[in-house]
Amino acid sequence: MKVLITEYLRINLDTEQWECRRCGHVHGSARDNYKRGLLVYDRDPREIHKPLLDTRLYERTYSPDPAWCRILEYYCASCGTMVEAEYLPPGHPPLYDIELDIDALKLQWKDRKEVVEPTVGPDLALEKVKNNRALHADHAHGHKH
Amino acid sequence: MNDQISKEDKALLDKFLADNQLFLGPDPEIMRNHSLTPRSRAEDEILKKGLDNHQVHHVRGLINAALSEAFTMVNQMGAAPGAKWGDLVTGIYTAQGDLAMIAPHGIIAFAACCFYPIRFIVKYWSNDPTVGVKDGDGFIHNDARYGGIHNTDQSMMMPLFYKGELVCWLSSTIHEGENGATEPGGMPAAAESKYDEGIKMSPFKVVENFQLKRDLVTFLQNSVRDPKLQLEDMKVKLHAVMRLRERIIAILDQYGRDALIGTLRLHLEDTETEMRRRIREMPDGTTRVLQFMDSSLRENCLQKISCAITVKGDRLIMDFRGTAPQFLNRSVNTNIASFKAALCTGLLQNIWPDLPHTMAVLSPIEIITDRNSIVDAEGEMPQAMSLMPLFKGCVVWTIPMNKFNYSVPHKYSAVIASQYDQAATFIYGGLTQHGDVTGNFCGDINGNGQGARSHADGEHSVSPVFGFMCDSGEHEINEEDTPIIRLGAQRLAKDRIAWGKYRGGMGYEQIATARGSALWGFMTGCEGSKFPSAQGLFGGYSCPSYQLMKIKGINIFEELKKDPKVVEVFDIVKLMNERPIKGGKYSSNDMGMTFEVCNEGEIYMICQGSGGGYGDVLERDPALVMKDLREDLMSHENARDIYKVVYDEKTLVVDEDATKKLRDDYRRERIRRGKPFEQFCKEWVTPEPPKDIPYFGSWDNNREIYATTMGQRVKMPAEQLQGAFMLNPKDVRIMQLEGELEKVKAQLDDCRKKA
Ligand SMILES: [Zn+2]
Repeated sequence: MKVLITEYLRINLDTEQWECRRCGHVHGSARDNYKRGLLVYDRDPREIHKPLLDTRLYERTYSPDPAWCRILEYYCASCGTMVEAEYLPPGHPPLYDIELDIDALKLQWKDRKEVVEPTVGPDLALEKVKNNRALHADHAHGHKH
Repeated sequence: MNDQISKEDKALLDKFLADNQLFLGPDPEIMRNHSLTPRSRAEDEILKKGLDNHQVHHVRGLINAALSEAFTMVNQMGAAPGAKWGDLVTGIYTAQGDLAMIAPHGIIAFAACCFYPIRFIVKYWSNDPTVGVKDGDGFIHNDARYGGIHNTDQSMMMPLFYKGELVCWLSSTIHEGENGATEPGGMPAAAESKYDEGIKMSPFKVVENFQLKRDLVTFLQNSVRDPKLQLEDMKVKLHAVMRLRERIIAILDQYGRDALIGTLRLHLEDTETEMRRRIREMPDGTTRVLQFMDSSLRENCLQKISCAITVKGDRLIMDFRGTAPQFLNRSVNTNIASFKAALCTGLLQNIWPDLPHTMAVLSPIEIITDRNSIVDAEGEMPQAMSLMPLFKGCVVWTIPMNKFNYSVPHKYSAVIASQYDQAATFIYGGLTQHGDVTGNFCGDINGNGQGARSHADGEHSVSPVFGFMCDSGEHEINEEDTPIIRLGAQRLAKDRIAWGKYRGGMGYEQIATARGSALWGFMTGCEGSKFPSAQGLFGGYSCPSYQLMKIKGINIFEELKKDPKVVEVFDIVKLMNERPIKGGKYSSNDMGMTFEVCNEGEIYMICQGSGGGYGDVLERDPALVMKDLREDLMSHENARDIYKVVYDEKTLVVDEDATKKLRDDYRRERIRRGKPFEQFCKEWVTPEPPKDIPYFGSWDNNREIYATTMGQRVKMPAEQLQGAFMLNPKDVRIMQLEGELEKVKAQLDDCRKKA
């Protein structure tokens, strides 16, 4: 039984291992931080969010300040998929972001059917906005008469 | 001394203390409790007797319709710009002051805060012979210390008596804008203490026999820059609440008090039960997220919000310990009750939008904070720009909850990265072209880009982070009422995108100037100029950073008269790089700007921002990359460098094989340059925050908090947080310049000696 945890990670309940959802690579114990099985690269944010203004004219150019902010890119060691992009101040310890109770997870999935591809939920927030837009359009229309 | 006192003595002592309390300030017993009150006797009796489910459903529908009608009244008649865009709410509360339902279109957070002042009124004014709560009374309130989002929102609260019994409370709240603060518009970033925040209404009676008390109204009008607005909207809110009252009385006449009281209580309890059921579906464990705010709106400083969400069975605990301490003299603090209202909003906006909009969704959630942190600020601190941490509270759920909910077989709503979470709008003030004093903000605040979804790109400029309203205001109306002129259309901010397999919904450019005013000015209150604000999900990138651009010392209207073609197109990047208007002072600045005078024809430019991206950029369908190019959302450089697509720039035809090869090569390049985590951490992690960054919050241990106070870095135990005192940025600048002057003088002396 495998449980999907993110777009790129799943937990194999039988082996209690983190696995890559793209290539099946085993990252390490599901009772531990999955990041320990990944490769990390310290990215200068100016390479991703490139300066749009002339850097000779301006200090602030829509790029993050590399002295304040770095991007830690986490890659699957086997297929090179980017699993996380973590924005941190230089030197800040990476976050232990997913720490699940594996025994509880096993119990929870005892009677559940395995999910291979996640279902897509309805985008209710967007629907509400669209409903409001329709409502507002009606009001605006009403004013004219 | 004997510390055992009798019951009678204790009661006597309590009464003595209550009678002699010098000041009825915000009551921690009320302000720190966000859970439902236990059932009242009436509620318990009614629910034990049992209700007809079918009737409950019907009564709920009728209440909803009544709330919706009152909402529409305020929306159409309200004078505040915020009222026109839907920045308002109408709500109904139990007799004890628990928020039961709000109008379907309203701002959740507003109603979530009225129940604190109502509880205050119930506790303190009901039995006070000098105040009392009677049929026909109405109470006003705006100070967020007694509940509320921020002091620019004003509420009208009315008890509803039926056959002599108080059966429920009704309210209406509008984001009014102007409130007599040190800066116009109601959200003064310049406030250095709570006394700079303008009128500070604790809940008090302003309506008797359903009529506004003119003496008190005059006092309030006398305290703000826009007395007309103050009066008009007090009337509008009162009449909306009175209409709501008529509708509820009709329901009472038809179905009886048990049906109403029972429905309100049941609605709350059902919501709480459903919350617990959903929490149980999530895996047990802890997920975490960090948010970094890079500005106090007066200076750049890095403040951390640390959030760990723990699920255990049907318990959900949000732990904010390790977060930055509060500022003593900066207004970007929030009290805990306002922060919880933001959390409630965020949960309903981002995670479970299908749940009823009541405070009961937050009721089963436990919240842990460090006292005196920036999200649990207390005392004399200002909190007029509490929007900064509050907006973070709205989106704080998205990343950690998706890490829980992705595994849950049934999805109640889509998996979405963080929405752009800054109030990217112009706040303004001054004299209008009609000679009236005014101060308020533009509707662009409602145009935050949506986060990317697990199945699609985010929608552009979709809504604010605090509600589902959509309208970003009509500039024509704005131009009739104020001297603000919009230069050019609202162009989507090209290349300012959160990249990913799916990209974030984008924001648009706002280019403004003023014309025909004797005195006009703008302010802006956003973070994210150094450290991006909207976070990506599952390998998606965050939004870029955004800046405030200015062209000062020119008059664009004169320039256009001289040469109508002086500006080819009002596009921020082009204007700043090509500098077509000669003699202008072009500058790129932090997005936090306190009130500044805008002379006729000077130009101010900001952007609404992009929501976070979703997934690995290398998985983005090349067809979507071409679509972004066709829609001119992005330049070729980014299509190649970020998305690694090989295509013909003229025809936009993709070379699929070459793209696959380029992407495969790039994956190998990643593997080559990436370091194993342990090794990386050894090289990366530093024992303390960088010395040259004013850093606030924990670093590696959330029980130790860093701050910079009076210009000095300090470290303190999280249990004993002290607010940080910031130096005046002008003094800091003077010190820098004096230092430079000293250096130059010394050099000059040396030269002289040598000569
Ligand atoms: Zn892999």
